[in-house]
Amino acid sequence: MATTSELMDNLAEDPRRRAPLVLGGARFGDVTSSVCGVTEMPKTPRAWWIAFLVSVGMLGVLGAMLVYLISTGVGVWGNNIPVAWGFPIVNFVFWVGIGHAGTLISAVLFLFRQKWRTSINRSAEAMTIFAVACAGLFPAVHIGRVWFAYWLFPLPNQMAMWPNFRSPLLWDVFAVSTYALVSTMFWYMGMIPDLATLRDRAKSRARQIAYGIFAMGWRGSNRHWLRFERAYLLLAALATPLVLSVHSVVSFDFAVSILPGWHTTIFPPYFVAGAIFSGFGMVLTLLLPCRKFFRLEHLVTPRHIENMCKILLATGSMVGYSYVMEFFIAWYGGNAYELFTFKNRALGPYWWAYFIMFSCNVFVPQIFWSQRVRSSALVVWIASLFVNLGMWFERFVIVVTSLSRDFLPSSWGYFSPTWVDILTLAGSFGLFFTLFLLFLRFLPVVAMAEVKSVMPQALHAAEKEGHRPFGDYWPDVPHDEREGGGPSPQEA
Amino acid sequence: MSDPNKPRFLFPRWANLARPGLALALVGGPLYLVVLAAVALSPKTLNVGYAPEQPVPYSHALHAGQLGIDCRYCHNTVETEAYAAIPPTQTCMNCHAKVRAGSDKLVLVRESYATGMPIPWVRVHDLPDYVYFSHAAHVRAGVSCVSCHGRVDTMEVVWQTQPLNMGWCLDCHRNPDAHIRPPDKVTQLDWKPAGDPAELGRRLREERGINPKVDCSTCHR
Repeated sequence: MATTSELMDNLAEDPRRRAPLVLGGARFGDVTSSVCGVTEMPKTPRAWWIAFLVSVGMLGVLGAMLVYLISTGVGVWGNNIPVAWGFPIVNFVFWVGIGHAGTLISAVLFLFRQKWRTSINRSAEAMTIFAVACAGLFPAVHIGRVWFAYWLFPLPNQMAMWPNFRSPLLWDVFAVSTYALVSTMFWYMGMIPDLATLRDRAKSRARQIAYGIFAMGWRGSNRHWLRFERAYLLLAALATPLVLSVHSVVSFDFAVSILPGWHTTIFPPYFVAGAIFSGFGMVLTLLLPCRKFFRLEHLVTPRHIENMCKILLATGSMVGYSYVMEFFIAWYGGNAYELFTFKNRALGPYWWAYFIMFSCNVFVPQIFWSQRVRSSALVVWIASLFVNLGMWFERFVIVVTSLSRDFLPSSWGYFSPTWVDILTLAGSFGLFFTLFLLFLRFLPVVAMAEVKSVMPQALHAAEKEGHRPFGDYWPDVPHDEREGGGPSPQEA
Repeated sequence: MSDPNKPRFLFPRWANLARPGLALALVGGPLYLVVLAAVALSPKTLNVGYAPEQPVPYSHALHAGQLGIDCRYCHNTVETEAYAAIPPTQTCMNCHAKVRAGSDKLVLVRESYATGMPIPWVRVHDLPDYVYFSHAAHVRAGVSCVSCHGRVDTMEVVWQTQPLNMGWCLDCHRNPDAHIRPPDKVTQLDWKPAGDPAELGRRLREERGINPKVDCSTCHR
């Protein structure tokens, strides 16, 4: 009789046992071969090449736009007084927001012992780092004279001049660079055991040496694992506050100013919820096709997708609450400018952007109340695209509508992007997808070592040897019916 | 799975030899770069010591030092204008029409006097165009020539003795006392006050209401 873990569905709720997180009756070796198989395909799949060439083409567009921008000046963009921030800052906040899911999955869910994180954390962290790279690009080119970009950092200099430490824009520099650094360390360090696996399986000398260098001589000894697990826990603890701090600081860029529509105390939690919402949206957008194409359905299971949908539902509703609460406070606060700004947002010249934002971010996730919807990969994928779209428009609404009509009607304006704005945004997706496709082809897309630790076999082996596997700190509800009795999968 | 008979690729034993070097590179490399950048890009390295060759071998040591000609005889606008005038050839000829009228060193001067084309002097102290520096404001406040230009009265060839960078300007604008002297002593490059120069400067600043500003628009307009 097939046990639950041999089926391809783990959505059934049975309070007597944990739902299995790896399906299809996979054993340790199957996990290794299916994950390593993605990078070890002897011939690069044609679909990968097509996606890669399209992405590199868009990356080329980005390069061309940047050359045009730097050689000509920021006048090629649509930003101008009164909307001085325009697309670059919209794109910056959009990409930084997407970068939040990776660290939430890898650090926060690790500390909360959410074992389902193991199948998705590697790719989510990769997504985070690539999104932060895209985000970092925009403020750097937005300053106009890019050759002075290092002025963002407080470096001692002959002018005896420092950035303004009271400005949230400087806090942003620190928040985002810290985030990029810690995420990269966390990602790379977590990957070392898996890189060693790839090294040991490598057939060619070049692969052996390349993975060998990046695996840093990992041999999987007890001492290695002891240090690895401690370091991992420490980095998780370091990264956890960053999940909250980075987008809070990004929200300060707006909230610390006195502009109606920006100057609100709800911004930090509202931005963090929105960031997690957009990040999970992007994780689903990327993972659903990958899982299908590389046949990883037994690792990224329906239950993983279901959990992510629930997070989308929760954070989407939080974002919706914030939208509504902003209106309530605008009315309740009794400030005429504030009230005007919000009326103008929903009903003014940018009503269409507000409409897209509200429907994509608040209404679309409500479909996830239904389990039938959550278990349909195609519907989830399409909904995730709407989430990405809606979250981009949220930043557009915040940045553009507030700036375009402030206190003085004589200085009102209407922002329209130029073709350079639009192609630069498209090009940043080229950068993002190029990096992600390279990651898929050359690095272990699923954290093999961690996935194995949440399989029932790990628990059996651990009980025999008298210790618990990585990430498992206390006795747990049994993983499946074979526990405590029947033969373990290795013996069966 | 990996073949147990095939050795895994680990770092070979000789790689251990690289460890001290690697540690040194990780610690020393950034340190070296920081020190290199700080020393090499310092205005003291880049700016001080600039001594271009001039078309006429004019010696400030002879004219201003030994002969004791006042700076303002040639640079006559310093008390009233932002710009310190480079004298026209006619100023040279005030004396050199008679003194050493046939000297080989003065060929270019006589040629310029005859044709009316100015002598192409090379500028030594050159501030960026976005800095509005006023000689008049400084000279009338009692800042001596020597504070920025050094002992020009001892130079055969004029060279830049001060870095003239923004931090250097700000140092004095924030603590000007030691550089303020009575206005009639401004062009006496070898003059030293009897007591503490900072004490004199503080008193002079109080008496004459000299308060250097440090906001951006003081120099960048």
